[in-house]
Amino acid sequence: MNDSIMHNKTIAEIIAGLEAGEFTSVEITQHYLKRIKQLDRKYNSYITVNETSALAQAEAADQRRAKGNAPAFCGVPIAHKDIFCTNGIRTSCGSKMLDNFVPPYDATVVENFANAGAVVLGKTNMDEFAMGSSNETSFYGPVKNPWNINTVPGGSSGGSAAAIAAHLAPGATATDTGGSIRQPAALCGITGLKPTYGRVSRWGMIAFASSLDQGGPMARTAEDCALMLNVMASFDPKDSTSIDREVPDYTTNLNQSLNGLKIGIPREYFEEGLNPGTEQAVKNALAELEKQGATLVSISLPHTKLAVPAYYVIAPAEASANLSRFDGVRYGHRCEDPKDLRDMYMRTRAEGFGEEVKRRILVGAYCLSAGYYDAYYRKAQQVRRLIKQDFVDAFEKVDVIMGPTSPSPAFEFGSKGSDPVAMYLEDIYTIATNLAGLPGMSAPCGFVDNKPVGLQIIGNYFDESRMLNVAHQFQLATGWHKRSPEGLELEEAK
Amino acid sequence: MEWETVIGLEVHAQLATKSKIFSGSSTTFGAEPNTQASALDLAMPGTLPVPNEQAYRYAIMFGLAIDADIARTSVFERKNYFYPDLPKAYQTTQLEKPIVGPGHVEIELADGTKKTIRIHHAHLEEDAGKSLHEDFHGMSGIDLNRAGTPLVEIVSEPDMRSSEEAVAFAKKLHSIVTSLGICDGEMSQGSMRFDVNISVRKPGEELGTRTETKNLNSFRFMEDAIKLEVERQIDLIEDGGKVIQETRLYNGDTKQARSMRSKEEANDYRYFPCPDLLPVVIEDDYIESIRKELPELPDARQERFITQYGLSSYDASALGSDANMALYFETAAKDSGDTKLTANWIMGELSARLNSADLSIKHSPLSAEQLAGMVSRIADGTISSKMAKQVFDGMWNNGGDADSIIEDQGLKQVSDSGAIEAMVDEVIANSDKQVDNFRNADESKRPKMLGYFVGQIMKASKGQANPQQVNEILLKKLNDLL
Repeated sequence: MNDSIMHNKTIAEIIAGLEAGEFTSVEITQHYLKRIKQLDRKYNSYITVNETSALAQAEAADQRRAKGNAPAFCGVPIAHKDIFCTNGIRTSCGSKMLDNFVPPYDATVVENFANAGAVVLGKTNMDEFAMGSSNETSFYGPVKNPWNINTVPGGSSGGSAAAIAAHLAPGATATDTGGSIRQPAALCGITGLKPTYGRVSRWGMIAFASSLDQGGPMARTAEDCALMLNVMASFDPKDSTSIDREVPDYTTNLNQSLNGLKIGIPREYFEEGLNPGTEQAVKNALAELEKQGATLVSISLPHTKLAVPAYYVIAPAEASANLSRFDGVRYGHRCEDPKDLRDMYMRTRAEGFGEEVKRRILVGAYCLSAGYYDAYYRKAQQVRRLIKQDFVDAFEKVDVIMGPTSPSPAFEFGSKGSDPVAMYLEDIYTIATNLAGLPGMSAPCGFVDNKPVGLQIIGNYFDESRMLNVAHQFQLATGWHKRSPEGLELEEAK
Repeated sequence: MEWETVIGLEVHAQLATKSKIFSGSSTTFGAEPNTQASALDLAMPGTLPVPNEQAYRYAIMFGLAIDADIARTSVFERKNYFYPDLPKAYQTTQLEKPIVGPGHVEIELADGTKKTIRIHHAHLEEDAGKSLHEDFHGMSGIDLNRAGTPLVEIVSEPDMRSSEEAVAFAKKLHSIVTSLGICDGEMSQGSMRFDVNISVRKPGEELGTRTETKNLNSFRFMEDAIKLEVERQIDLIEDGGKVIQETRLYNGDTKQARSMRSKEEANDYRYFPCPDLLPVVIEDDYIESIRKELPELPDARQERFITQYGLSSYDASALGSDANMALYFETAAKDSGDTKLTANWIMGELSARLNSADLSIKHSPLSAEQLAGMVSRIADGTISSKMAKQVFDGMWNNGGDADSIIEDQGLKQVSDSGAIEAMVDEVIANSDKQVDNFRNADESKRPKMLGYFVGQIMKASKGQANPQQVNEILLKKLNDLL
């Protein structure tokens, strides 16, 4: 098997190749490990590479397959975002605070993939505690966008997105609190899906904003995302917000025709601030879907403008409490020679957290303070209900809602660093779905200056199958998702 | 003019669930530090709480017992503050939507008057761990075994007007939760802890500024702490000072209290609904099924003790308010067949011994069955009450049952009238001088002179002669000599 072909395979193709005996899990795992070793110096998409354990898992998978009882992902190499706890493997969440943290348990998502036989190549880089849209806040340094290493990969799941775009993993887990799967998927030219809140267990997934966080898959195709979601989604009694609802086979409806599909186009997603090239790419994509028999319906989501402000009250408020446990007492970073308890708390947290995390903890604590709670937190929750109602009303009329994933393609490092609000506006089209708990995905739909553009597909609650069906049909008709950036070949292969 | 004391209580009762409120760890008291702490109890990242249904059931039982509204929707909130024994740095508790709404209980005072104390609400929450300040050379140890133990916090209205009323109320709550079986009531292990809000005023005036004395874990400490604080506040005001709103700590050993923090230093807890726990909706059917299974409550039990056993209302209250005491009494009374005698021994000797050994009835070295065995031997005349004390001592110190102690120590009472007659005859025969004195004495003085003879006879019988029979036979024989 030619190496350069192996890493161009989708997950569906890898499963088929393993089944057909074209290559073994050990071979493809070694191949990916070699690529990571050589190429990731450039991209920094991994924080931790599990060379030894990945090979052991691959060997076990090959043996399992030989015995004829291979589960769905038997021997398929993937990567986990470093927000998912992995038993015995350092889980940093992109923070100095957890640089030394080795969990004694697996996240449910990690366990689900282990049960499905997957091989874990490593843990991917991310914005610190998933707070960021550019991966610049990681303690382990920024991830470079494989399409242009002077630009950001998006965030917070920038490591997962870049690893897939650079063919350093065929798929990876990720999380999305305000766009952290969809925006980096868009900026790196891959496919990513944030499921309905409660669909994927949050147990063992380090919390940023509990009522918004949701794990989901990232891969190069919608079909691969469907295969991954089949493994990831589960009802988990260990997560009280997990929903006890049957998990369908997400591949079943992939090949349905889009004839008669009603696509809602929110006016508010095409107003000022949207890059004209991005707008054109999205409109071209919509035209393609129309060609396949879908109908475009102009709709309004009137409270769209309130989503970012409401989110930047609710998410920091929850984060301020979620991150309080990092106090130096039981695990994680602790400052040297504390002179008393207060000193230990203050220096531990001052040293362990980066600027953006501190900013959000401060904002969150402020919004919850006596005298400000009603004006900020309570008000934001009211806005959240209005935003949800916008979508409920819209889904009375349409099957899916579409628009751009992010207002513009990848931007250069440092270009938004000094202005947090400019960075927050990166997620203007994605945040509302988290507030509403709806599923959303991003699929490649074109390029602006050789930078990928993402098409966002928002579905109704638990309608992931239909979203994947739409994206798959779009991908069957277009080739955007098949494009790869330059410079992905190994030295020896050149 | 007199001062009026105004008291309100906040009572923390640990719920007797097997596992913690949000994790599967055991709640057993006294284990090695941190052996009952899971990843969740340690607040490891990514762990999530799952509510323990039993804690809800217990809270609802309490609500029904105090005739309160049960909230159909209750919500857990996060109370944020940093402390090493609070691993998440927030306590999961209820604020705006507690599980138990307003209710009330009736207390009875020593003089028999009754008073209704209103309960503002009761809510579920998790306990914190413990800081261990000894043995760590200038550092503190943290034991998280207790962290996450379910608590119900019961908040009263400021309806009490004296330490007596406050203690009566606290005892009533203790009686209710132990009768329901939702709390073991072991105060020395911290199963029930009291925070007392105290203020003073002239009758009819607005409420004065209150202080809160925290974490009292015995009724005695509570009474002492209230008296001390009331006195402090009155002295302060009468000397022209002002009471400052503050939290105070009472030390039961030194019988002194000190200020812990003032209102200005109080934390802003930044409460908000816990996003990891969805609101819990409780349906009417669920509440009704709990109501049907509610065990007997203390008031009803005391009534029953009066009618069923013919106890006085004082005895019924002493034996019937605490569930463990009631169980002990009923078991012993049934086994012994003599209710009144059983009651007397429990309220007398047994209670005194337990008190001085600082033990609760649950941990009595003497079981109800053992006590009943002894009481039935008193009742059937096998042993005298005096000998029973020896039997009681034997069982208390070395265990065993009454019959074998009576046998081993030869404590059997001699009730054979022939044997007693022989002993009486012998004593009379050997006591010429005393018999003469008896004969010559004025009739009114004779009863007092019997003591000598009785003493000699008891000595001769090694204390085993039935004293009643001795008296009867002796009197008859002496009278015959007149």
